[in-house]
Amino acid sequence: MRTLLDFEKPIAELEAKLAEMKKLAIDNNVDVSTAAAQLEASIEELKKETFSNLTRWQRVQLSRHPERPYTLDYIEHMCDEFIELFGDRTVADDKAMVGGFGRIGEETFMIIGQQKGRNTKQRQLRNFGMPNPEGYRKALRLMKMAEKFNKPIVTLIDTPGAFPGLEAEERGQGEAIARNIRDMFMLKVPVICIIIGEGASGGALGIAIGDRVLMLENAWYSVISPENCSTILWRTWNFKEQAAEALKLTAEDMKGNKLVDGIIPEPLGGAHLDFEQATQTVKNVILETYKELSQLTPEERIDQRIEKFSSMGVVTE
Amino acid sequence: MSWFTRKDKGILTPTEAKREAPDGLWYQCPSCKKVMHTREHRLFAWTCSSCNYHEKIGSQDYFELLFDQSRYTELDAFMSSGDPLKFEDTKRYPDRIKATEKKTGLKDAVRTAHGKMNDVEVVVAAMDFSFIGGSMGSVVGEKIARGIDYALKHKIPFLMISKSGGARMMEAGFSLMQMAKTSAKLALLAEAKIPYVSLLTDPTTGGVTASYAMLGDFNISEPGALIGFAGPRVIRETIGKDLPKGFQSAEFVLEHGFLDFIVDRKDLKDKLTALFNMLK
Repeated sequence: MRTLLDFEKPIAELEAKLAEMKKLAIDNNVDVSTAAAQLEASIEELKKETFSNLTRWQRVQLSRHPERPYTLDYIEHMCDEFIELFGDRTVADDKAMVGGFGRIGEETFMIIGQQKGRNTKQRQLRNFGMPNPEGYRKALRLMKMAEKFNKPIVTLIDTPGAFPGLEAEERGQGEAIARNIRDMFMLKVPVICIIIGEGASGGALGIAIGDRVLMLENAWYSVISPENCSTILWRTWNFKEQAAEALKLTAEDMKGNKLVDGIIPEPLGGAHLDFEQATQTVKNVILETYKELSQLTPEERIDQRIEKFSSMGVVTE
Repeated sequence: MSWFTRKDKGILTPTEAKREAPDGLWYQCPSCKKVMHTREHRLFAWTCSSCNYHEKIGSQDYFELLFDQSRYTELDAFMSSGDPLKFEDTKRYPDRIKATEKKTGLKDAVRTAHGKMNDVEVVVAAMDFSFIGGSMGSVVGEKIARGIDYALKHKIPFLMISKSGGARMMEAGFSLMQMAKTSAKLALLAEAKIPYVSLLTDPTTGGVTASYAMLGDFNISEPGALIGFAGPRVIRETIGKDLPKGFQSAEFVLEHGFLDFIVDRKDLKDKLTALFNMLK
């Protein structure tokens, strides 16, 4: 059974109608091709209309769609081979942060990302994609290993935030994220960061310092989720739509403000409707971006990385 | 029979005619309730002479406390905030900024300055919690970045005094990237082997903890300061339990290995200069 968002329902209803019509046609041996073609055309029309006019809140909903491809789905579809690596070598293995060497064609990448779960059991295992400090330390360990073996790094960001738990504080959540941010600036190998779903605050930024930071069309990236923003500024969750508008958190907004480098298009209606197309697009973007970045020397990449983030911000003097 | 007899009943002074002590002359410690003269409080570096409670103070107080003869040169004193997102919640962001400027006399939540501390040249960045909860927006990020640039250029130690609730929501994505910007500059400072001391004061939470505040060669704090990534309320809601006593206090953070030492504010200047002199 598919999960349907409110604005997906009218489309799904038409699609159900079309399927029914086709079934009737076969059962009763009548020709409905003209009517079906008409219906198909209006479905396409409705889809285009719906998805070119999404509000920011609707995009947030799409970014959280329970059937959306997650980090391991991308890895599975993009890589010809993948060896997952576990543990931070200090405390534990964080299941909310996955990583390992993956081969795409001729190239080996270190691929790291937050992982969400699809059912209750998996969600619990993956802690809803909210890493603990060991997740960030595991990510940094893997990045330094990639640097050692001179392999480019790809990070896939999809998190509602770093986990705000008791043990997370005891083990230094803030310190872990801070160290990642600082050390990623000095990585000698190319770093490509892609926000594939939710990019919430420091929990996202902790693996999102790269030579290129890209966002999927329906992903969001900001300093806080619309719900929490609403709670703090309006003292209730009810203003989440307004908060989403105010935060300017979509790919288009973030690109417009030069806070990310590019947008990766998704299949019409969202990445969850076509894993194959969604993941292949991402794969091609990774390969092209890597080719571009490998033209530069490590020093040039580090300088440009620092320069890019240092120029972000608007002040008056 | 009593020696004196009361002629009138009750208190007859109207409220308006009551003489009150002028504001700021006396200070009552919120922790042990001891009352002391403001002059005495200042002499004790704004700590309680009886229970050593460290009162929250702002950039001006820290500058006066740390720089020799309170002499320093402020950097980027006139930088103030833009409104790139045309942010509006219950108030327009520029209106909020203007109102806060008027109320506090400050331009934003951080001030940076250089000067001498027991004859040691140093750059100090100190945050003001009174300016929108010490939140970090573009101005905070940019001023700290330029303060670090100054330290890099002149090869002098950098002292960051944090006091912040975290990122400034009204600058959304821009605010988030200040964590990246300041950390990038600190990476350069570390590479140049210039000492960086991060003093985390009450309270330091959120995006500030998850960037420059935790990146010191020396992470230090004042007694009793609240330090954390997530705020206590959020954690309580997440785990559905009350938090243990002392959770996220400076002492707690030190016990878990994330602070080098806790310093009494009265000893701050001398201890820092002793440290900087050892590193010379």
